[in-house]
Amino acid sequence: MPEPSLSPETGLFGKGVAVEDGVVEAGGQTLVFDVAPVEGDVRVEKAATKKLGLFGWLAIAWMTNVLIWAIFAPVLPIPSPTKHFLLDTNEGPSLSHLMGTDGTGQDLLARVIWGARASLVVAVSAVLFGLIFGGFFGLIAGYYRGKLDTVLVNIFNVFLAIPQLVLALALVAVFASDPAVSVGKREFWLIISIGLVSIPIIGRITRASTLAWGQREFVLASRSMGAKNGRIMRRDVLPNVLPAMFSIALLGIAVVIVLEGGLSILGVGVPPSTPSWGNLIATGRNELTKIIGASPQVIIAPSIAIFLTVLSLNYLGDVVRARFDVREAAI
Amino acid sequence: MRVVLQRLLQLFLVLFLVTIFTSFLIDAVPGDVTYTLAPVATPQQREDLRHQLHLDRSPVERYGEWVSGIAHGDLGCYYGTSGYSTASSCPDKVSDRVKDALPISLALMFYAQLLALVIAIPMGVLTAYRAGSLFDKTVNTTAFALLAIPNFVLALLLAYYVGTKWGVVDPTGYIDFGQDPVGHFQQLILPVISLAVGQVAVYMRLLRSDMIATLQEDFVTMARAKGLSPARILWRHAFRPSSLTLLTVAGLNVGALIGGAVVIENIFVIHGMGFLIADAIARRQYVALQSYVAILALGYVIVNFLVDILYAILDPRIRHARAIA
Repeated sequence: MPEPSLSPETGLFGKGVAVEDGVVEAGGQTLVFDVAPVEGDVRVEKAATKKLGLFGWLAIAWMTNVLIWAIFAPVLPIPSPTKHFLLDTNEGPSLSHLMGTDGTGQDLLARVIWGARASLVVAVSAVLFGLIFGGFFGLIAGYYRGKLDTVLVNIFNVFLAIPQLVLALALVAVFASDPAVSVGKREFWLIISIGLVSIPIIGRITRASTLAWGQREFVLASRSMGAKNGRIMRRDVLPNVLPAMFSIALLGIAVVIVLEGGLSILGVGVPPSTPSWGNLIATGRNELTKIIGASPQVIIAPSIAIFLTVLSLNYLGDVVRARFDVREAAI
Repeated sequence: MRVVLQRLLQLFLVLFLVTIFTSFLIDAVPGDVTYTLAPVATPQQREDLRHQLHLDRSPVERYGEWVSGIAHGDLGCYYGTSGYSTASSCPDKVSDRVKDALPISLALMFYAQLLALVIAIPMGVLTAYRAGSLFDKTVNTTAFALLAIPNFVLALLLAYYVGTKWGVVDPTGYIDFGQDPVGHFQQLILPVISLAVGQVAVYMRLLRSDMIATLQEDFVTMARAKGLSPARILWRHAFRPSSLTLLTVAGLNVGALIGGAVVIENIFVIHGMGFLIADAIARRQYVALQSYVAILALGYVIVNFLVDILYAILDPRIRHARAIA
């Protein structure tokens, strides 16, 4: 059991090694990471040969399906998501409408398929934004250590001190809640806001992983052969830090999909004219509370899509972590 | 003591930076913020409003005024469509609303946290004790699935089925504890469950993995060799050293809880802080929004500071860190 670290560089919330490595709180769930470097022992091989398993393949199959939905939504043989089948309003699942219809007769399956598109666009862009900036700051903080590290970690801590949903909410509200702002622009600011929120989370994980890898012998070897810092970071440290970043990215996409749902319910998610899973649930909720006799499939259909996607991403994130991280895999 | 001082210093640093961030949130509003706050105010009222918000001062002065306002309980105003010109004629004070809303949100979060821990702790300990058993696998799989259910989805399904369809409880509104204790819990049971379920899964998995590690320690083998009962070993010997990560995460999770409560309050129409925030955004009252964000951030930072201190009290290695050093 390592001695709990008391150095100032662990920041306000840092205590104990496992926690300092990265506890991430976002969108209603807390993820605990261990990002230790892989030591060359038997357990590594065991973890590396760990099979994906039935659940893993199911998760990949579902995510492939969601990707196909998102990419090929316009050419799939489905009705338009905004077409009103006025004779079939509020219908349960049937052959002509596999997931049923909503109160204005729109086909729910079509809306969920188009919703995959908006939800994934927001989630993937926001996480990419977070990966680029959070990854960069985390890498230089963990590599250079010292004062730069202290400054960056404290900035991360400030943004982590504001609950994620509240921070995203405040940013979107300030940037884009003007009714005059166009749909595209609102989506853009939504992505930027959520991306900004994810920077400190990804930054901390990257930093923790870099701290561990940056002091390994091969880094020293590179340096002694005259490699510049930039090259060492790019060629020696980054490839080793990537698995941790990739696993947090998978989980991050899940978190952002949920976050967008929460923001939609608060009225600042993707604008309802573009169906997203979040705003489908939000509009479904309005229908359920306002229209007497409305049926619950309006929230159940998009909820199932979110549930399966988050479940798959959580599982795949765990698999990636288990493959590259001994401490987690050993448990 | 040194630990406390160090943490205190960090607390103030973070508080300082967080307040800087929130105090300048209003500057990020595109265009002239007085038009946004009070769309139909006269030019004179607009000028007064600028003065009242210290927009005519330097950023440093403005920050100072804002912080001292917050410290004195002046959280700003809701500006009507015409714009109220002076602080004395502020009929709709943000602080008045906070007084009503904050206890409601605190109650909601406290119950949710309590319920989550009450369920998660025994489950975590038992699954660790019976690690690998069918019971352990079932509980773990369930917890993993629960993690993937967003709290608002659970809230909407509970509100629809338990509330509207089966009519067990009223799905909206809030009753004060002093007014009607039974009604209070009836109104809060669904929101509390919606908030707690995700946390249960997090806490349980965490405690389980820590307990499994602790149960492999030599002192546990020793206790077993002495012939102590499993219950005594689990609770007296193994639980306390395993509970430290749980404590930290429970503290950090308050952030998730706050975010969850914001959404859940709006679903169940509970007039807490989250409801106020959504309302302030819809009405574009950014001065109020600024104060709400500041309050939630400060609360979260202070909770984590207290957790740090509690952690030091619970963990003798930190308590006696100086003696060891």
